[in-house]
Amino acid sequence: MRRRRRRRPRLWRVTILVLAAVFFLGPQVSALRYSFVQSNGENGLGNYTQLFHDSALGSSLVTSLEIAALTTVIMLALMLPTVVWVRLRLPRLAVVVESISVLPIVIPPIVMAAGLATLQSHASAQISSVIFTSPLTALTPFYVILAMPFAFRSLDVGVRAIDLRTLVDAARNLGAGWTTLLLRVILPNVRTAILTAASLTVALVLAEVVISETLLYDTYPVELVNTGQNLVGVAVALSVLSLAVTWLLLYMVSFIGNRDASRARIGRLL
Amino acid sequence: MGVAPFAVYVALFLGGPLYEVIYGAVTTTRGSLTWFNFSQTFHQPYVGAFEESLKLALLTSLIGGVFGLWLACAVVTAGPRSPLRRIVGSGAGVLAYFAGVPLAFAFIAALGRYGEATKLLQDIGINLNAGSFTISSLTGIFLCYVYFQVPLMVLLIIPALEGLRPEWHEAATGLGASTFGYIRHVAAPVLAPALIGAVLLLFGNAFAAYATAYALVGSSVNLVPGWIQQLISGNVLVDENGIGLALGVEMIVVIAIVMVGYAALQRRATRWLQ
Amino acid sequence: MSAVAVHLDRLTRRFGALTALDELDLDVAPGELLALLGPSGCGKTTALRLLGGFDRPDAGRVMVGGQDVTNTPANRRDMGMVFQAYSLFPNMDAHRNVQFGLRMRKMGAAQRKARADEVLDLVGLADHAGHYPYQLSGGQQQRVALARALAIEPSVLLLDEPLSALDARVRNQLRAEIRAVQQRLGITTLFVTHDQAEALSIADRVGVMHDGRLEQLGTPEEVYDRPATPFVAEFVGTMNHVAGRVLAGGRLEVLGSSLKAIGADGQQQGGMVEVLVRPEALEAVADEHGHAIVAERTFLGSLTRMRVTLDDGADLLIDVATRRGLPEPGARVAVRVTSEDALVSGPSTP
Repeated sequence: MRRRRRRRPRLWRVTILVLAAVFFLGPQVSALRYSFVQSNGENGLGNYTQLFHDSALGSSLVTSLEIAALTTVIMLALMLPTVVWVRLRLPRLAVVVESISVLPIVIPPIVMAAGLATLQSHASAQISSVIFTSPLTALTPFYVILAMPFAFRSLDVGVRAIDLRTLVDAARNLGAGWTTLLLRVILPNVRTAILTAASLTVALVLAEVVISETLLYDTYPVELVNTGQNLVGVAVALSVLSLAVTWLLLYMVSFIGNRDASRARIGRLL
Repeated sequence: MGVAPFAVYVALFLGGPLYEVIYGAVTTTRGSLTWFNFSQTFHQPYVGAFEESLKLALLTSLIGGVFGLWLACAVVTAGPRSPLRRIVGSGAGVLAYFAGVPLAFAFIAALGRYGEATKLLQDIGINLNAGSFTISSLTGIFLCYVYFQVPLMVLLIIPALEGLRPEWHEAATGLGASTFGYIRHVAAPVLAPALIGAVLLLFGNAFAAYATAYALVGSSVNLVPGWIQQLISGNVLVDENGIGLALGVEMIVVIAIVMVGYAALQRRATRWLQ
Repeated sequence: MSAVAVHLDRLTRRFGALTALDELDLDVAPGELLALLGPSGCGKTTALRLLGGFDRPDAGRVMVGGQDVTNTPANRRDMGMVFQAYSLFPNMDAHRNVQFGLRMRKMGAAQRKARADEVLDLVGLADHAGHYPYQLSGGQQQRVALARALAIEPSVLLLDEPLSALDARVRNQLRAEIRAVQQRLGITTLFVTHDQAEALSIADRVGVMHDGRLEQLGTPEEVYDRPATPFVAEFVGTMNHVAGRVLAGGRLEVLGSSLKAIGADGQQQGGMVEVLVRPEALEAVADEHGHAIVAERTFLGSLTRMRVTLDDGADLLIDVATRRGLPEPGARVAVRVTSEDALVSGPSTP
């Protein structure tokens, strides 16, 4: 008696997948089509190339990228050693450190902005000129705080996935100092976690508008909104672009690091 | 100790602004303690904005919760290595955390006055622009929020769904239960803490969000973050600064309650699933 | 309630290109505990799942108590299943877990409670009725799982490697308890395991499986003493490979002794064959003129295992009851076969 089994597509699955496809892809497709309508009424890539012509947009993008890079570096330099140290030496403090790293979530960005604005107004002239003049120095330290919950989680997952204790003991036994340990032994093994944390940080910085707008700094998202007042087509085009790039970034990260132990766990994050 | 740099950094750059917010909310410009700021927040227009924020958060978290769960179930049943899973996973990550400003413009392009979808609907006879509908309103914001709440729910609930062991379903079946019986007696109770926790997070997420609303409407939007921004930046009366900070403290309190609830539920969820 | 017979009739199950079960024919007598033994991937779990209704065969039939249940869904077969691990519902305490099957059968609350108390007592966990799975040890969880399966008074009990996730001491104890309960209730049972000691110790009959096929079906003694195929011989217990010479009258010369040959049909007299000998069927005695040297001696508690190297290079494993005065490593010994017969596996490979 031969029986061939085929999974009949179940109604409840099909319904939601179709609904989701329409609801989520709909606006994106609309935006894509809209983006090809230039301000002169014709179809073309004008809205996209505007990025290169508009100096305000271009320079704000550069600024944001600089902030993103610096934030990522500081974030890694601060968080990776902390995560390693906690997992290695102070496992009982892990819960405490984890809770602290989640703390920034309790402060809505707008409230953080309010606090920063007040901070700025109370700061002395000297501090102001040193720190608060340039967005690079003013925003970066606080962006690190914003990125902390996600970054900590990614790094922690990655560090927990490798046999940290054994690696460290073996390396120390062979004579490695702490810097070598961190850079040559641990880092390569948590590449995926680092890449994920870095990607999330960069994406966060490039999307952060509330704080930078409230403090009147000219970052890319702020400039994007400004552009939207007059040149909606350009704003839409750049929005489509940024969503696509962010998605590509996250999608690629889920593939990188095939030999990484942390990869399997990272998949859960996304 | 190795955690010293971390602790110092957090104390400085998180504690700093936080201190300013709390201090500014409870003191006058001359530095004396006052209840003025908080008492003002219990009057219009601030109370109204608070209500709107809470309503928006509640509605979008419930709708996001229901549809997000439904979508997550569909994705999980496709298998852990299916392309559907991977695409939804990374797509959801983008929309849930980074949508902000781009999302607003995508919706303007779709449902704005000259949007593509608006035109499509006009072609089939539905004229959005005829009535009072505009994307730059609380309704528009509501739609946008659902757009990122559903993906967030999917991301939050998929691990819990995958935590349901196949042995439970099989054991239940072997003991005579139908699939519905399994869901009713085992899956739903086991998932309940994770579900409620996720909806709580969604609530907090919507309540605290501002980027999309700002891009769609601007700081004049009748939500708490909008008022905070107006009170903080470029206002003539310095006194109003304090009210903005008081509103900020209230926001923090709401989120803190949400997070505590979430943590408690997480503890319950993980205890059962050891 | 009288016990039922189980008949698996030419069951076949394929997963893509892989044939998990190849026309498996198996009978389980009423009240018997049959152990399906084999390495991972041999198809034993697949067979169990087909019997339980958790999977449908590509061909063949499943008969229980004379009825064809092949098309009956799992939740309507009258079977109790114990999984390897993690099968207790985490949101219910032990008592409610055990009651679950009874609840599905619409039994009244008072009756359910009484029955659950009864079976929990049977497995010795009456004191833990109010505990949740996370509060129970692995062994306790499996006992509750067993109680839960038995509460519904199933006609067949299915056990899928129930002891594999437990540590050794708990395993041995629980093994005996499961057997005791099964015999007391006289319930027809199919027990799947990869642990041959487990299978041999509790089963009425053992079915050794390999690559989707049943290699041998027999009592534990039969399977151990008279393995039907080389696979069974190697998988069940340890085997030594020794060279033997075919003598007249169906006898072999092995290591200097004359033994009755089993399975030597068709072998030429005077030819060399490969013989399988159990470690406990050999003996090593200190002898300056012996033909072997003790290479290694391992103390295993009540047993001592010696590895000796014959002068011609072959290695043999010898198990003896631990006592004083056993030959030391490096000592020269004579090796003798203590059993009366020898199993021939085939002509000697040059």
